[in-house]
Amino acid sequence: MVSRTRDQIGSGLDGVRGLWARAPRSARWVVYLALVVGAVLLPSRSIGSFMTPESDWPTVLFYPIGIYILLAIGLNVVVGQAGLLDLGYVAFFAIGGYMMAVLGTKLHWDFWEILLVGVLASALSGVVLGAPTLRLRGDYLAIVTLGFGEIVRKIAENTDSIGGPRGIAGIPHPPTLSQFEIFGVRPLRYGVLDPRPYYYLLVALIVVVIIFAKRLENSRVGRAWAAIREDEDAAELMGVPTFRFKLAAFAIGASIGGATGVVWAGKVISIIPANFPFILSATILAAVVLGGSGNIPGVMLGAFLIAWLPERFRGLQDYRVLAFGAVLVLMMALRPEGLLPSRRRKAEFAEGGGGMGSLGAEVGSARAGEPAAVGQ
Amino acid sequence: MFENFINQFWPATVDGISLGAIYALIALGYTMVYGVLRLINFAHSEIFMIGTIAALYAITTIGVSAPLAGISLIGMLVLLAAIGAVVSGSAAMALEYVAYRPLRRRGSSRLAALISAIGASIFLQQLFALLVIPKLFHRRQEGGRLPVQAPNWVQRGDVISIGDFVVRNDKLLIVVGAVLMMVVLDQVVRRTKLGRGIRATAQDAETAVLMGVNIDRIVTATFAIGGAMAGIAAALYLMRFESTDYFVGFLLGIKAFTAAVLGGIGNLRGALVGGFTLGLIELYGSALFGSEWRDVVAFSVLVLVLMFRPTGILGESLQRTRA
Repeated sequence: MVSRTRDQIGSGLDGVRGLWARAPRSARWVVYLALVVGAVLLPSRSIGSFMTPESDWPTVLFYPIGIYILLAIGLNVVVGQAGLLDLGYVAFFAIGGYMMAVLGTKLHWDFWEILLVGVLASALSGVVLGAPTLRLRGDYLAIVTLGFGEIVRKIAENTDSIGGPRGIAGIPHPPTLSQFEIFGVRPLRYGVLDPRPYYYLLVALIVVVIIFAKRLENSRVGRAWAAIREDEDAAELMGVPTFRFKLAAFAIGASIGGATGVVWAGKVISIIPANFPFILSATILAAVVLGGSGNIPGVMLGAFLIAWLPERFRGLQDYRVLAFGAVLVLMMALRPEGLLPSRRRKAEFAEGGGGMGSLGAEVGSARAGEPAAVGQ
Repeated sequence: MFENFINQFWPATVDGISLGAIYALIALGYTMVYGVLRLINFAHSEIFMIGTIAALYAITTIGVSAPLAGISLIGMLVLLAAIGAVVSGSAAMALEYVAYRPLRRRGSSRLAALISAIGASIFLQQLFALLVIPKLFHRRQEGGRLPVQAPNWVQRGDVISIGDFVVRNDKLLIVVGAVLMMVVLDQVVRRTKLGRGIRATAQDAETAVLMGVNIDRIVTATFAIGGAMAGIAAALYLMRFESTDYFVGFLLGIKAFTAAVLGGIGNLRGALVGGFTLGLIELYGSALFGSEWRDVVAFSVLVLVLMFRPTGILGESLQRTRA
């Protein structure tokens, strides 16, 4: 019974992917355009009344949905593309948030300047974390990154000059670019009341990051990451400077996380260290794996579901977190490669690879009687 | 800063070793599962939490009229440890059956297994916060969040007292109990048939299967033993701190895993060394920099150790050194 359910979930989503792979270029552009138009129209009231009847839909679209999606795309660079397990990704989000808070309240810098500096600072912190630790493999890296996430949060908590556990309040909003108004929205006026301009800002950032990540994936760097993910030793032997590329993945993932933090802090007015718990790292990682690590539409879908479902079922209150845990376990049993894996990743997963090796594959797969589908 | 450190040196040493003993017992569960399956059993912290709840429920049900001391304290501790070990061991076996076995059968990626572990951890935490703790201790549902207090059942007193070097009876019992269990486990893994199966599976699962090792049984036994150790740690923890909540496992679990990595993951004696090292580092760190920097010191030391000795203090594989 389990395997039949698994196949049913699988065939529908795989069909969509096959269709997409065969679609001509022009058809794809039409879809891209439709998606952007859809994203612009998304915060409308009629959609909101269905999506989140119990909370303000445009607010939810900004946080958690938009923020989770952007974080997931960033973490996907590290986990999905380079195959490095990062359990402390929230640290970079925190660094971005604190850059915005400190530079905005103390030095009164402009949002756009801080965005740039925040991206650079979090990339630098990614290098600082990665340089000593990226020689470690798999699980060691996981625990060290987890430790890093906790260290960053604790330092924020213990440093009085950045507010200690009470955090920083009065973070300025981005400056208003123009008062121009369309359909009752002023998309470039970043005020207190209307969350939609922030949502549009986030959408713009997401589009830029997607293009960036997609270009990277199809470049020399992306191929090097895939090689490292599939077999690090082989990649090294073929002349790929694995350490440098892993460091690059860390820095790029970190900078996306930092940018997300800056944008988020630019809206929320005040931040505290408790905004950056370990469970947020775990949630984003779950989004990446649930959606299909390595595939950008997949991780976006995963992040959307993980952010949206708890908001949709607010009526169930605490039980939604319980259900979240159960769903994770169930999904990994039914479809461990995620909802929308890329074709390549699917093959890697079937082979039992995918960056971290497999769980007792030698003795497991033979019994299940599923031949590994490699190289199709 | 240093004056403070010198003043607190002996108390910090005693506390560090007794804390380290608890870390070490929990770390065993991580390290054994890792050795056999190469899996970070993220939900192990919840297995520990379940143990504390079971032991606390037991002591509340049994009820003590006055704080215990001497033989009766030891007897009660053994009873609670046995209850904790049985409950936690069963929970660990159930966890393996539900969350890991289906993935293992399919030869899934270890990343998927880790997510499944995180999911199981969240599920168990919430299950206890929302249903089990309110039911067992007759609280309103939201009450699950608050720590549950044990009746005052330990008569504390100093056993050893030489100048600054003062050892309280509960701290001594923790260390003795933990080290005793470690020795027993070490001997089991070294000498029994089950232990040989565990070592063989850890070394090379495929060959072990060819040699007639029933791998499912070995994995179940590994989870059960690791869980039982966490249950014993839970009883010791309860003696020292006398309260628990649904979230108690989280930080302790991370620290215990850190201890396992520090000592060399997959290595039973490494868990002991790592546990004591981490406990001492934490307490010395808080004596030096203040207790709010404790976790930062612990994790920084972890990063430093791994930089210079990527496989931990004692090295990675108990299997190879003892095969």
